[in-house]
Amino acid sequence: MAQTHTPRIRMPATAKAGEVVEVKTLISHEMETGNRKDKDGNTVPRKIINKFIVRFDGTELMSVDWFPAISANPFQAFFVRVPKTGTFTFEWLDDDGAVYKAEQTVTVS
Amino acid sequence: MTKDWPTPDRRTILSALAVTSLAIVLAPLRAFASPAQVETEIKKLFADKPMAEGKIMLDLPPLAENGLVVPLNFEVESPMTDGDYVKSLTFFSEGNPNPVIASYHFTPLMPKAAGQLRIRLAGTQNVVAVAEMSDGKLYQARKEVKVTIGGCGG
Repeated sequence: MAQTHTPRIRMPATAKAGEVVEVKTLISHEMETGNRKDKDGNTVPRKIINKFIVRFDGTELMSVDWFPAISANPFQAFFVRVPKTGTFTFEWLDDDGAVYKAEQTVTVS
Repeated sequence: MTKDWPTPDRRTILSALAVTSLAIVLAPLRAFASPAQVETEIKKLFADKPMAEGKIMLDLPPLAENGLVVPLNFEVESPMTDGDYVKSLTFFSEGNPNPVIASYHFTPLMPKAAGQLRIRLAGTQNVVAVAEMSDGKLYQARKEVKVTIGGCGG
């Protein structure tokens, strides 16, 4: 399945020190459950993103384990605090070992 | 219907009945998670610790037209400080092939244990949320969603 998994991040690029901002993330991914059968009756193997990790300047803030009950093109919104100017990194771990990454630098003015 | 159909004899009817009833008995064993399975899964993760109601705001539509994309909103009441924060939050499904939906691991660096995601529900069922606080206390919330079209390939 030749699909490109494009991560998308929506969050402000500037914030006040200590401000709480909302982050919205979306990644294109089929999230194949492993329960479906193709037209020949063979089970379509499971291929999902099983973990999502959020870090700020390398320190982990939150991680989420995902199961097949997560919709295709997983959407995840959450809140982070911006203590100082720095970079938020987002990682999606695929069943097949691939890691999709995105980052966003937020400047404290 | 033509006259070529043979009249089923006693043996055919009995064996057909046996096969059908066996299929009926076996079918639920392989297909979907049940409230009992969710119980087992919760026991496995959190042992037999007592569970309180409250603290969790679990927002799901009471009626979902499409079970493939059901928006889920949540917020757990907590100051989120080093001494008192939400350690984990797990969502369980009582009617999907897999009893677990997602499991969040928070750190006190998070300003709040809140968020939004989109989930698949294979049919009308309860979604159960269990929050584990940093002091080990457990809280539970439950919400029913009626699904018109199922997700999870169902």
